[in-house]
Amino acid sequence: MAEQELVEIEIDGKKLQVKPGSMIIEAADDADIKIPRFCYHKKLSIAANCRMCLVDVEKANKPLPACATPIMPGMVVRTQSKEALVAQRAVMEFLLINHPLDCPICDQGGECELQDVAMGYGKSVSRYTEGKRSVKDKDIGSLVATDMTRCILCTRCVRFGQEVIGLPELGATGRGEHTEIGTYIEKSLTSEMSGNIIDLCPVGALTSKPFRFKARAWELEQGTSVAPHDCVGSNIYVHRHRDKVMRVVPKDDESINECWISDRDRFSYEGLYHEDRLTQPMIKKEGAWQVVDWQEALTFAVDGLKKVIDDNTAAQLAAVASPNSTVEEHYLLQKLVRGLGSHNIDHRLRQTDFSDQLATPVSAGLPISIEAIETQEQILLIGSDVQREQPIVGHRIRRAYLRGTNVCVINPMDYHFNFDVKEKIIVSPSTMLQELAAVTKAVLDQTQNTRHGKVADLLKQVTVSDSHQRMAKQLLGAGDKVVLLGAHGLNHLHSSQIKLLANTLSQAISGQCGYLTEGANATGASLAGAIPHRCAANLGVAKSGLDAKQIWQSQLKAFILLNLEPEYDCADPQMALASLQQANFVVSLSPYMTSTMKDYANVILPVCPFAETSGTFVNIENKWQSFAAAAAPQGEARPGWKVLRVLGNLFEQEGFDYTVSTEVRDELKVAVDGMTMTQTNQDHIPSTLNFSANVDLERIAYPPIYRTDNLVRRGESLQRSGIAEAAAVHLSANTATQMNLADCEQVTVKQNGQHVNLPLHVDGRVPDNCVYIPSGFAETAMLGVTSPAALTLERS
Amino acid sequence: MNDVKEKSALSQPAREEIDKWVAKYPEDKAQSAVIPALHIAQKYNQGSLTDSIIESVADYLGIPKIAAFEVATFYSMYELKPVGRHKMGLCKSISCMLMGADELGDHLQKKLGIKFGETTPDGKVTLKEVECLGACRHAPVVHMHNRYYESLTPEKADELIEGLE
Ligand code: SF4
Ligand code: FES
Ligand code: FES
Repeated sequence: MAEQELVEIEIDGKKLQVKPGSMIIEAADDADIKIPRFCYHKKLSIAANCRMCLVDVEKANKPLPACATPIMPGMVVRTQSKEALVAQRAVMEFLLINHPLDCPICDQGGECELQDVAMGYGKSVSRYTEGKRSVKDKDIGSLVATDMTRCILCTRCVRFGQEVIGLPELGATGRGEHTEIGTYIEKSLTSEMSGNIIDLCPVGALTSKPFRFKARAWELEQGTSVAPHDCVGSNIYVHRHRDKVMRVVPKDDESINECWISDRDRFSYEGLYHEDRLTQPMIKKEGAWQVVDWQEALTFAVDGLKKVIDDNTAAQLAAVASPNSTVEEHYLLQKLVRGLGSHNIDHRLRQTDFSDQLATPVSAGLPISIEAIETQEQILLIGSDVQREQPIVGHRIRRAYLRGTNVCVINPMDYHFNFDVKEKIIVSPSTMLQELAAVTKAVLDQTQNTRHGKVADLLKQVTVSDSHQRMAKQLLGAGDKVVLLGAHGLNHLHSSQIKLLANTLSQAISGQCGYLTEGANATGASLAGAIPHRCAANLGVAKSGLDAKQIWQSQLKAFILLNLEPEYDCADPQMALASLQQANFVVSLSPYMTSTMKDYANVILPVCPFAETSGTFVNIENKWQSFAAAAAPQGEARPGWKVLRVLGNLFEQEGFDYTVSTEVRDELKVAVDGMTMTQTNQDHIPSTLNFSANVDLERIAYPPIYRTDNLVRRGESLQRSGIAEAAAVHLSANTATQMNLADCEQVTVKQNGQHVNLPLHVDGRVPDNCVYIPSGFAETAMLGVTSPAALTLERS
Repeated sequence: MNDVKEKSALSQPAREEIDKWVAKYPEDKAQSAVIPALHIAQKYNQGSLTDSIIESVADYLGIPKIAAFEVATFYSMYELKPVGRHKMGLCKSISCMLMGADELGDHLQKKLGIKFGETTPDGKVTLKEVECLGACRHAPVVHMHNRYYESLTPEKADELIEGLE
């Protein structure tokens, strides 16, 4: 499109050059001229129903709403003339007619748009003496509190539901004075982004339930931080009161999260104050746990590890870190472990296929910017419940879809999305590979592409059907294209083959291939060297250490764990726990203490979780985002990087003399910037593709959105919210009938000699001959996640 | 049409009638048929709607439930509580008011022994206040069974009521 010519208008005497077709309010906002508003929001459609934005436009015979009046060349607008002020004052008076004016007991007090605008534009007394309407409060779940009498019917929340999250759950029912905002039938909101209506609501009608009556806006201090759950790295503000985190709200960043954040990022802070928090170092002596000071705990840890290394070799030591740890922590952890002589370190906890690690780039995320997802014309999702895994990426895909983008999926479950899917293939995890192969073959055939000869050879036996041809044709359509791999792709039993095909496919359609990695900092962890096959900044190692799977298989004698709860975080929780239990010495750096941890660990060092430590996360766009601690550590807890630094000192290793965390980051950053990107990048071509499942009933497993990491699992309000899942067995109707099982009954799941009783749900999303049992729950922790071991179900 | 999940509260004849309306709109615009669809659903349920009927209409048209609730609660011709066999709507807008609608209203309430918005205990008559019916020249007006009864006096109203089954 050709650059549109700008037109000149004048607002309050200022001459402005503006885009034709934009509204007066946009021009004024860009020029920093304040126009009061309630219903207008830059990310929502225009409703023009509050009339607060009335301005005086020359040659118009009445005041006009600035949010709904398009600009015309030569327009002269006054926001402060007598007419404008009279109109604004009158509107304000009307808006307050039914408003309870209960600011002293309203949670929004002090940060209320209505309060502010009334102060600026209203009168000091009301002439209204009649009765005010009152509206019954609604219960819309554990996250958003309602005081609907305060609602001014701006419909921002309604439009947010319809437009942004595509879940029209809220609406305006009734008429005239009886109009009410609500869900009509009381029910919890079921969006992963519902908390944003708290920020959108200009009054105190929708407020944060967990934050209710906890503090006043003016008592809070604000720190900036980065959300610690997914690879997007949403920018957030952390609000604290007397050193305690009181709430989290979004920080605008157009390139990442815009003005939104997911509910997980907003409400997980509650987990900081869970009763599991460990506030003092603990050691286990002769089987009994005792609280000790840091000095003693650290010496105990160092002596214990030294003894194992001295009695055996350093190869008996492994370190396993959560991908949610900071760059600084990953870097120091690997520096420590490598300094002690071991390359056994990993953060890829749910991955089980590492066969391609030497052939592929050290870190792979998104080759395009998060913003650019919106401008793709074709998107293929492979093994991804993107809306629940990375809500902001899901949001960008929805925006793309609303623009007309075609989305195709190849998934192991028929996940519900707030965008329509053009072509979809829903098959068991093992068949996903086969289907992807068929689509790839169809693309290669349709384009008569010969550049991928080796892969094409692997695909010879693959049968291509109509659905594959259709998807291939779609993907070959015009425009920018991206193939996105989600958790079910990256953690697939044969993820190397999935990646190979996804990369081949994306090249063949002239698109890009992106990995939606797990946790907040997988990219950072890889760059920092928390991987067995490369040191920090992609430096090669003579011989790779053990990967996350081998570490648990090898009956090692000593472990250092960082931020880890293996029973929930690992691909095979049973194997991980068994491995830890047989070890001689386990040091766990963790914000929480659990009974399982007490079982296997010898020392637990309380490290600071998110918000209490400074650090850096690298998101999938390879953007390094550093943050300072936003709240004080609890009790004796210390930032992980400091603990690792002292451990380095106690082991008398070189190069552990940092005073601030930014020194750690800078050391790595310099290395990464100078990093030779001579990534071998050759395709890792297996001799054959593994299409068969080997088991009759395939398990689909992934932690649901609020079970992904140690912090969010302890967010109480999230656990009670509308989309929280419980441990259960999900089967398709067909499979349930075949197994003679009925909805809602209790079934016994058996695997590897373990068994557990769970309720059964007949779930239309699950393909036949598969069973979806979410991981991340105590109840399901004994089952292998991507384990190929046979699993059976029977009536309890 | 969309799959009608579980038990739909819509009868087969109601659905068939709704289908005729849906057919008048472009394929992906079934939402446009929500007003007639609710009327039809109401007709097949003795003149009133229930939450589950409204939800069934939404499901049947494939629109969000809240969108059907918004419409059903907005228009006063949808009844959200059971009504009598005859629904009398007395216009209380300006012309009718000037021509004695208030007095007529008092009379009707006394005669039927109910207030506006209520139904006689025998389930015969529901009395409602409505806004201007567009028949001002023959005010005051009562609307019943798709018919206007115009220039009403208390006497004529009595006759009308007595003639009801
Ligand atoms: S609840 Fe808040 S956002 Fe929603 S319409 Fe009312 S005032 Fe607006
Ligand atoms: S902001 Fe313009 S009418 Fe509400
Ligand atoms: S005022 Fe009653 S019909 Fe118009």
